[in-house]
Amino acid sequence: MKDVKCECGHVNPHGTVLCEACGKILDERENKDQLLDMRYEGSARRSQTYNKTIIDKIWNFFSSVKVGVWLIIITLLASILGTVLPQKMYIDLPPEVFYEQEYGWFGKLYYQLGLHDLYGSWWYLLLIAMIGISLVICSLDRVVPLYKALKAQRVTRNDGFLKRQRLFGTNTGIEDKDLHLVKEHLKEKRYHVREENGDLLAEKGRFSRWGPYVNHVGLIIFLFGGMLRFIPGMYVNENLWVKEGETAAVPETGDRFYLQNNQFILQHYDKDQNKTFEKALERAGDVVKNYQSNVVLYKRVSDNLPGEKPELKKVKEYKVRVNHPLTFEGYSIFQASYRSELKAMSFFLLNKNTNQSVGELKIDLQDPKEKYDLGNGYAVKILNYFPDFEFAKDGEPSTKTRVPNNPAFVFQMISPEKPEGETSFVAIKQTIEPFGDNTYKMAFKGIETKNTSGFIVRKDSTLWAIILGGILFMIGVIQGAYWNHRRIWIQQKDGQIWIAAHTNKNWYGLKQEIEKVLRDTKLNIPEDQHQNEKSDKEGN
Amino acid sequence: MAALSSNLLFIAFILYLVATPFYGGAIKSKKELNENKGTNKWGVIAVALTIVGFIAQLGYFITRWIAAGHAPVSNMFEFTTFFGMALVGAFIIIYFIYRTSLLGLFTMPVALLVIAYASMFPKDISPLIPALQSYWLHIHVTTVAIGEAILAISFAAGVIYLVKAIDQTKSNKRNFWLEVVMFSLVAVLGFVVVSTVFSATGYHEKFNWTDKHGKVNVMEYTMPALTGPNEGELLTNEGFKPLVEMPAIINAKKLNTVIWSLMAGLVLYGFIRLVLRKRIAAALKPFVKNINLDFVDEISYRSVLIGFPVFTLGGLVFAMIWAQMAWSRFWGWDPKEVWALITWLFYAAFMHLRLSKGWHGEKSAWLAVIGFVIIMFNLVAVNLIIAGLHSYAGS
Ligand code: HEM
Repeated sequence: MKDVKCECGHVNPHGTVLCEACGKILDERENKDQLLDMRYEGSARRSQTYNKTIIDKIWNFFSSVKVGVWLIIITLLASILGTVLPQKMYIDLPPEVFYEQEYGWFGKLYYQLGLHDLYGSWWYLLLIAMIGISLVICSLDRVVPLYKALKAQRVTRNDGFLKRQRLFGTNTGIEDKDLHLVKEHLKEKRYHVREENGDLLAEKGRFSRWGPYVNHVGLIIFLFGGMLRFIPGMYVNENLWVKEGETAAVPETGDRFYLQNNQFILQHYDKDQNKTFEKALERAGDVVKNYQSNVVLYKRVSDNLPGEKPELKKVKEYKVRVNHPLTFEGYSIFQASYRSELKAMSFFLLNKNTNQSVGELKIDLQDPKEKYDLGNGYAVKILNYFPDFEFAKDGEPSTKTRVPNNPAFVFQMISPEKPEGETSFVAIKQTIEPFGDNTYKMAFKGIETKNTSGFIVRKDSTLWAIILGGILFMIGVIQGAYWNHRRIWIQQKDGQIWIAAHTNKNWYGLKQEIEKVLRDTKLNIPEDQHQNEKSDKEGN
Repeated sequence: MAALSSNLLFIAFILYLVATPFYGGAIKSKKELNENKGTNKWGVIAVALTIVGFIAQLGYFITRWIAAGHAPVSNMFEFTTFFGMALVGAFIIIYFIYRTSLLGLFTMPVALLVIAYASMFPKDISPLIPALQSYWLHIHVTTVAIGEAILAISFAAGVIYLVKAIDQTKSNKRNFWLEVVMFSLVAVLGFVVVSTVFSATGYHEKFNWTDKHGKVNVMEYTMPALTGPNEGELLTNEGFKPLVEMPAIINAKKLNTVIWSLMAGLVLYGFIRLVLRKRIAAALKPFVKNINLDFVDEISYRSVLIGFPVFTLGGLVFAMIWAQMAWSRFWGWDPKEVWALITWLFYAAFMHLRLSKGWHGEKSAWLAVIGFVIIMFNLVAVNLIIAGLHSYAGS
């Protein structure tokens, strides 16, 4: 394909609609419309020029804004679907149970269609990926030609180009003095004024034309950052439960860091202390004020030998709270949840006849002793212990797990009266005496609990891309939205002065500005041919 | 302090209310409105009242902040009120760019409705749960509200465009939908009216009802129950017997409120039609007679251009920063987050259609209307119906 030489002498790439230098119409199709289509300056875009090979076709598909808008709309509609019912990461039960149980046939269908994990589905990711490809291709398709065209533009423009600008007007009998004044005004308005053979081109805000491209690059980097997550090691997200008083290795740090949980604190707002919130608290009941774990971070200083106790050096103490994670070497530890566990139970040994206690004992639920000696000939033996008691299918007592959620005991109570012992089965809120009436019983005294803090350990090495993308996006949109590209041509043609103007947006603002620029001169304000065109059609 | 605060809000509301007819007057008495810089006496009064009202509302905001110890944007009442304030603020800014009183005539009623709607929610100053104790949250929420308010101005300008551009002499789809927009605004008023009436009379009735897990709970209605809860048993003597009973998965109480509001809206709308003897949009036509279509089209688009970056910053960027701090992930596909994304995608599509497909004028005005519908959906429906997950996971 050959380049096109314009009569002004400038050589334009094949496919150019308006000569880059003087604006003459090179593509005859353009002639029919009354006003010029100034988008992308009529430059030669690849997508408009080639359509032969399969690569051309793919390129053209993705560079089309129509396709881009469709992709955005489809993504938008798909996203709505995912908000109809809770997504799978927000439910506690297995999804195959949850949806049907909570929402009946509709929930079941929702689950079967895979909408419960919509944002992780292959087709949703494909949509996002296609937007990404479209962003890359459509930007490449336009930015280089646009850059070249804006760079190559000359001050003096072709007659047809000027006449067919939206704002256009002619003047006769204008003195140099007026032109001089206009130039002054233009400079006051911060226009960059270029002059050639008595013709003027005043331009400002050209950089705003790059706004969309900057924001698209930002988006591309952002999406790239999202993709990085799939690379192993870039993204760590682990749960870590640490009981009060215990120390655990921080996962995914290669056992280099250890976290000790000294205390978990749960605070509620107090109606009497916070008078301001009194009414709200009466309505809402208990409101949590603070979740906090007081922790110590350690670093291992010894070699990592299996079976050997690591030697630890304290790094720092920290109070991990919601919104205040502990951070170190790229890792962050967040306060995410907590669990309260039974730690110990205490009982009295009671004489049922006198209702007198003859001694008490405290049982460590993690590590119960076999026998508790109460002195004076009294003792309690634990014959059997079920930390998480239930009756098994065959009716025998058994335990579901090793966690003391629902402890139950078979005690043997030894007393001077009954030295061979009485047997009693004790669970929460129930006592069974398997061999008839006992003289003694185990009376419940109290419990001690122990908290476990739930942390999330997170390392996100993709954040830099997310942040960079976000910043670029913001710069780009602001650049494109809060500034606009304005050009005013004031040129000598056939002994007249022609004025034409173009802006990429906010014509009203441009018109206002031109009025100010032409004040105190005999120059006429150019007319808005677009409005005239429309009122011709509307017939008023 | 809290009392002073609510008085200031009340004063602001009254001032906005008084200002609105002045905007009407400013237009009626002016012949040449096109893109002109001067505002007549009526207009000056209207804008002055609006600004004083805005300052009063700012006073409400600051005093309530002092009283609560945190920025008052943490519950429905506070956030929605702030949105109303942002709407007035956005209008004032756009007014000083374009100097058109007409925009006030269409924006102020919307702002009034928003504030009235807000005050139907509990107004107590509430404490912050741990996840909300972050200044990023406050920055995020206020920026979102400001962004959405600026985008809402494009809705007001879009409606002006449609009122002017659509031929009201024949019945067609366009003026049907424009009238639907008008009716929706009236229905919000309906909600405010029924809520106020029933709360003034102190209406209460209680039910025992069975939820979807088969548990029996108590539900309290503040409006007569047209739709009763699942297996509901009326506990209040002389309470209103529900007409229909809802299955357990439907929130019968909220549905009941919606039905009441729509009924009140219909009655109000019928009354307005009876008085006007034409569609609301048709009745508004004389006000927009002198406005230039290109001019309102530009105001509408300009508002999107100004509002979109603000919304992006608040609704996505600041939201992500906060989510990263509070929940350890900057994005979690929570319904509220997804709806912010949907709003953002919508306005992105809007700008592309306009820039590259040449969707100016009427198409653009309809898009501005749809955008506002999405924003309102996000504010009302997502908060009241879908959400409930935006709370601290460990509690
Ligand atoms: C979610 C994704 C996207 C966002 C947020 C976005 C954002 C923007 C914004 C804010 C503008 C400036 C609009 C204006 O000033 O009125 C713009 C312009 C543009 N966008 Fe996008 N965009 C997205 C996706 C796409 C896609 C997929 C395509 C490709 C088909 C595309 C093609 C364009 C083009 C051609 C322009 C005009 C450039 C110019 O005037 O020189 N955008 N975009």
